[in-house]
Formats: sequence, structure tokens, C-alpha cells
Amino acid sequence: MHDIIIIGGGVVGTAIARELSKYRLKIAILEKEVEIAFGVSKSNSGIIHPGTQNKSNSLKGKLCVEGNKLVRKLAKKLGIDFKEVGQLIVAFNQEEIERLKEIKKEGELLGIKKMKIVFRPWLAVNEPNLNPEIIAALLVPSAGIISPYRMAYDLSENAAKNGVEIYTDCEVTNIKKDKYFEIESKLGVFSSRYIINAAGLFADDIARMAGIKDIKIKPRKGQEFLLDKKKENITNHLIFPLPSQTSKGTLVIKTSDGNPMIGPTAEEVEDKYDLSTDESGLAQVISSVKRLVPSINPKDIIAYFAGLRPVSGEDFIIREEKSVKRFINVAGIQSPGLTAAPAIALYVSKLLKTSGLKFKRKLNFKPFRRKTIHLFQSDKKLMKKIISKNKAFGDIVCRCELVSRAEIEAAIERGAKTMDGIKFRTRAQSGRCHGGFCTTRIMRILSEKLNIPLNEISKRGGKSGIVVKERG
Amino acid sequence: MMKERDLIIVGGGPAGMAAALSAYEHGVQDILLLERDQFLGGILNQCVHTGFGLNYFKEVLAGPEYADRFMKRVIAIKEIEVSLKSFVIKLSQKKEITFLKPGKISEVKAKAVILATGCRERTREMAHIAGTRPAGIFPAGLAQKLINIEGLIPGNEAVIVGSGDIGLIMARRLTLEGSKVKAVIEIQKKSKGLQRNIVQCLEDFGIPLYLSHKIARIHGADRVSKVDVVQVDDNFKEVPNTSFSIGCDTVLISAGLIPENELAEMAGVDMDRKTNTPLSKEQNKTSVDGIFVCGNACQIYDLVDWVTKDSLLAGKQAAEYIKRIK
Ligand SMILES: Cc1cc2nc3c(=O)[nH]c(=O)nc-3n(C[C@H](O)[C@H](O)[C@H](O)COP(=O)(O)OP(=O)(O)OC[C@H]3O[C@@H](n4cnc5c(N)ncnc54)[C@H](O)[C@@H]3O)c2cc1C
Repeated sequence: MHDIIIIGGGVVGTAIARELSKYRLKIAILEKEVEIAFGVSKSNSGIIHPGTQNKSNSLKGKLCVEGNKLVRKLAKKLGIDFKEVGQLIVAFNQEEIERLKEIKKEGELLGIKKMKIVFRPWLAVNEPNLNPEIIAALLVPSAGIISPYRMAYDLSENAAKNGVEIYTDCEVTNIKKDKYFEIESKLGVFSSRYIINAAGLFADDIARMAGIKDIKIKPRKGQEFLLDKKKENITNHLIFPLPSQTSKGTLVIKTSDGNPMIGPTAEEVEDKYDLSTDESGLAQVISSVKRLVPSINPKDIIAYFAGLRPVSGEDFIIREEKSVKRFINVAGIQSPGLTAAPAIALYVSKLLKTSGLKFKRKLNFKPFRRKTIHLFQSDKKLMKKIISKNKAFGDIVCRCELVSRAEIEAAIERGAKTMDGIKFRTRAQSGRCHGGFCTTRIMRILSEKLNIPLNEISKRGGKSGIVVKERG
Repeated sequence: MMKERDLIIVGGGPAGMAAALSAYEHGVQDILLLERDQFLGGILNQCVHTGFGLNYFKEVLAGPEYADRFMKRVIAIKEIEVSLKSFVIKLSQKKEITFLKPGKISEVKAKAVILATGCRERTREMAHIAGTRPAGIFPAGLAQKLINIEGLIPGNEAVIVGSGDIGLIMARRLTLEGSKVKAVIEIQKKSKGLQRNIVQCLEDFGIPLYLSHKIARIHGADRVSKVDVVQVDDNFKEVPNTSFSIGCDTVLISAGLIPENELAEMAGVDMDRKTNTPLSKEQNKTSVDGIFVCGNACQIYDLVDWVTKDSLLAGKQAAEYIKRIK
């Protein structure tokens, strides 16, 4: 019998698990994919939003501002790279400056600090590649960037270290409630006193299993395009246009690995599995961002993807259901869900308390995690040190992104089972050649370490095998 | 003090080996050959088909045989030090090289450097093919490596994008391995591949080649399920009402090769952005004195014989340069 079962191992589910792992509770995460963070949390902009562009009375606005503060502390404790780069929301004319002032006012109500409107002379010095027709911008210094999947991995790793059980490839298929919940899954039946539904795009399906019918998740697609690392300094800040009704607009983004990114689009789609990109998405993104930074060149695009925002109305839905006691929905976690995740975790923890769950702190809670070593981030001195300690750091597997065998092996020890899992954790296969050179080597390491034949290695589990069979 | 060597060659494929031999023959007595893989021979190791050496050896050889002839000679010369599993992470304008090996990081300075780093394949990402990102999409060279080196079959039913030689050779290779190649799609009006490959790899097996066509979209969630193909006009614009679908679980991309010159760039060599090759007035030379580039890193050749010829020249040039500065 578990005290709490969390359904969904995205950034939200893992943040909740990590927060609750401070207490003496028996907790498990059930995740349907073969690895953590293969849902929405793997494909987003990676921005730790300051909270602007949200209504001051919205839950997501409040949790975003709080999350922005919590993420930095968490990042330090868990060794996640976080960089405060600041954001600029730009204005082309006087009318737009008025809107900046409104956004600033709304932001101040939410408690966002140090915002100021800057003008052309400041922009010319601090953001030289910006369109010269931009006359002013709202500078919000507290905006930052993080690697979204690494945040989820590191959260789940620390949660596991503190006793949380993590079951992957464990789709929940049915929920029964008697005195307790009986949760039917691919790996059997779990029973639990509480359920936290953090199933992202599928939170409505999970809610329905528990008899709650008034949540409907509508996917909103965002196509994003990554540029070559050589363009790392094309901007110094995150560049935003004025927001629209449905999104913060198409942005010029800095990412924690250096590659600039442009996007996302905001398209209503039906299919929760539609992760396709297309020419019209590309055309729209290019024309929007060229207005912000005219020198952006589509030739510099080296990769692209799409993500689906799990939208249900305008705000987050985080509540214990009145009709189904001890069932907590964490649904409709669209943007800024990544930023808000640690604040959502605290919010859920409070809901549990009010609902009557007894909390007792663990005395041996381990708040820290040793930072993962990446060769590409190391200087010569550090390289010398780590290579002398572990030979395999000198054995390069991915030439484009400088990833060593030691890093691949560490990723596997930390839970990577698939080619994508390796990619998200280490960057191997994400460079110029997209795995052209290192795929076979990584397959071999996976095969050896996990003790599975080469023809069972997959891109991301399920039917996504890399090859179909061995040569006859 | 940093150790100093006369000549450092980066890359142990046919280009690097020929450059080393030629430099030695022209008097260089101290050569360090760095290769990141665990073998010499580079990409030839996976090219098990024949057709190599017709020009240089006047014989028909398979890729590994062609490589082997150079390897034997390189290994026999003690003045050429071969360092395998050695990955160069840095080259400076002053010709200082930092390289990693399992358990070791080394720094050396060279009088002259020859970059023989070969090329990589253009990817699906560069070709901007719309659709999903399932398993089953391979650069053609990777598919070749999977079959020939790892003994694995990449897919059951394939469509090949691009009719360059690698694409054509892989059409035959897959067919011989029992996979069905349903089509080769070429956006240009003519194939860039060698005529002999069109005949021997496609026509002999009845594999259709669609010229002036492109893949408009890739479908599939976990694994590729089908591709949409459409005809294009002279300006590569889609021709309306010509779209059709081909069911397949595999897409091979053979859309051209790009010289790998990240090290040259790091050393401040002037580059031609379009071709990713060093700008230079003279074959194999670069804007930095004493840094030479040869083989496919210098220019994409369709036959290894031309790579050898080009690299022999680079070895000679480096030898002359070293003599001059001594
Ligand atoms: C294009 C785009 C850009 C974005 N940019 C930003 C940004 O810059 N900053 C920001 O703060 N936010 C951003 N977001 C929002 C952010 O990505 C999401 O809010 C966040 O990732 C949601 O996390 P999650 O854990 O709720 O969802 P998910 O990561 O999807 O996690 C839910 C998990 O539940 C699992 N699951 C589903 N059904 C079941 C079942 N039946 N049984 C078991 N498990 C199940 C899924 O497999 C999944 O892993 C962006 C979103 C998109 C799409």
C-alpha cells in the first residue's frame, strides 16, 4: 500500500515526488513511457519565465513567479545548470510602449522585481543584433534558462535517492476506488491512499478513470527550430514580441546548451500524438523572428521538433476533487509549467496537508545531488583531472558534441535505456551529424550495459526499434 | 614545454595515410598520425563493395582492401607514429594540438599540420523534411555501417532520398540483404551518382528512380510508417496534384556530403561558408601557413583514387614547407 501514487513522470510529477520525498511517506511515480520526461517536458523552450504576460490574479502567474525563485535554489542543490539571462519584450511604436507599461504593472502586482523599460540607445549597446526599428523593450532580468529534461531527470534521481519508487513503461489503464484507490497498470495493480494526477496531455484520461468528467485537455502545438551553436551569441537575452491571446509569441531563445532556438508556434491540434513539424510552421517562425532579429538565417537551422502544450481552459487546474476525495488533479499544466513545477509541488503538498494527510519529516533527507560532469563544459584542467580518474572520459563517442564513453555509461547507470534517453542526458547525437557517426557505438554501449541484444535497442521504447533484425 | 613534432596529420583514412606516406617519401622524418577510431582506414572499412583503385592501382578492389594496402605501408615505417583512439579537440593558429585518448590528454606543437578529417553526410534536418521524427530515418552511410560492420538490418521496406552514390549503393545493399527498396527519390532532374551505379544498383534490381521528386512529409509515431512524395518543377516548387504515398518503415537520406573542417575553422583558417572548405588559391593550402587540408575535407571526391592523388600532393607540400622553415 502506497501513501501516494503520482501518475506521470514529467517535470511536474518529478518535482512533486522530490518535494514529498522530504517526508516519511511511501510514494511511487507511474510513468507510461520507458523513461522519465519523454512527454511534454522533453520538448519545450526551456525558459524559466519571470511571470510576466500572466494575469495577476491567475494561479499560473502566482506559481510562475514563485517557481522562478524556487528553481534557482533547486538548481544549486541538484547541480542543474541554470542561467539568468533576462528577457526583453519589444515595442515598435509608442502604442506598444503603452502595452509594455501595462505588462510591467501587471507584473509588479505579481511581485516581479527589477523590471524596467529600456530604449534604443540601451538596446543598441546591449542587444546589437536586434531590429533597429525596435524603439524600446521591457527588460525583465529574472528570466532564465534551464535544460528541461535534465531538470526532470535530476529531480527524479534525487527523489529516488530519497525513497521514491519510479516505475517506467507502466501505463495506468484503470482506477477503482473503494476504501483506497486500486490503480491498474501495465505492471500490475497498485493500491494507494492518494493519487496525484500529473499525466500532462493525458490528465483528462486519468481524471475520467476516476470518474471526473469536466476536464478536457486540448493540445496546442509549438514547433521549434534550433540553430547552430556557432550562433550562440546572436542575442544576449530572450527576445519576446508582445504577447497574443493564446501565447507569449514566437521568440528568439537562448538554450542552456548554447544553441539558439526560434519558436514556438501556437496551433490548436486534435491529435495528442501529432508531433510533426511542417513548412508552414517554419515559414511562420522565420518571418516572426526576422522581425525581431533580422540576421537570423534559416540555413543555420540544425534541428527541429514540436511539443504539445496540455491546455485546459486558461489556467492551471490544481485541486483535490470534491467528488473523489484524495484524488488530486494537476491538469492543464501548459506554459509556464516548467518554471512553475517546484511551486506546483509545494502547492500540492499544502493541498495534501489540508486534506488530512499526516506529514512527518525524514531525518535523513538528502537534499543534494552531485552535478553531472559534461566534457563539453569542462576546461583543460578539469578534463585532465577527470580523465586521470576515469579513463573513459578520454574515449570520445560523439565527435560533434564532445561526449565521452564515461558520460554515456553514467547516463545508463542513471536510468537511460534508449537512444533518446542518451541524447537528452548527454547531447550525444544532437550535433551536426545527428548520430551519423556515433549511433552504432552508443547502441553497443547500451547493449553491453543493459545486457540486451543490439536489435532490441530503440529510439524511445515501444515500437521505435533502431534496426529490425540481425543479418541472416 | 610542449612537445614538438615535425608533422601532425589528423585523420587516418585514405587521405591521411597517403599524406603520411608522401610526406615521408619527401623527407619528413617525424610524423604523428592521429586517428579517432580504433582502426586506420576511415570510411573505407564499411565500403565492402568493389570499385576502388581502378585508377590508382589499375585493379578492382573492395574498400577495406584498398585501405589495407596503405595501412601495411604506413605501419612498416617507424618514422610514422600512429596514435589510434586519439581525438583532437583543439587546433590553434600556432599549430598547437590538444588531443584526448582513453586515460590521457596531450598537447603537442607541430611545424606543419595536415587535416585529413574527411566528411559527414547531410542530414534530414538540413534537408528540412517535414513530418514526424520516428525511428527508421538514417543517413545512408549509417545504414551502411549498421549492415556491413554491425551485421544489423536497418529496415524491411525502404525509401531512399537522394541518388548520390551512397544512396545507390545502399539501394543494392539493402536489396541483397532481403529488404525491399521501394523507390529512390531525387529532387534534381538528373542523378549525381555514377552511371555505372545507376545501372548496377537500381536498374538491375528494378528499383524505380523518381527524378524531380521530393519527400514532402514523413509519417509515423514510433517508427516510420509512410512517406508522401511529390513532383517538383524547375524551381523545386511542388507541382499540384502530383502527391502520392509510399508505405515504408525506413528512410535513408543520401543528400550529399559536407567536408568536416571544424578544426581548420578553430585555427582561424578562412572558410568558404557554402562548401565548408578552406578558401585558398592553391590546392590543399589554407590561409594559415603550414596548415594543409586534403582528401574529402578539402573537396568532395567521387572516387577514393582522387583522394589519394590529392593527399599525396598535400604530403609533398607539407614536406617542402617544413624544409623551408627549418
Ligand atoms: C512548445 C512548448 C514550449 C514550452 N515552453 C515552456 C517554457 O519555456 N517555460 C515553461 O515554464 N514552460 C514551457 N512549456 C510548458 C511545459 O513544457 C509544460 O508545462 C510541462 O512540461 C508540463 O509537465 P508535465 O509533467 O505536466 O507534463 P509531461 O511532461 O507530459 O508529463 C506527464 C507524463 O505523464 C505520463 N502519462 C500520461 N498518461 C499516463 C498514464 N496513463 N499512465 C502513466 N503515465 C502517464 C506521460 O507519459 C508523461 O511523461 C512549453 C510547452 C510547449 C509545448
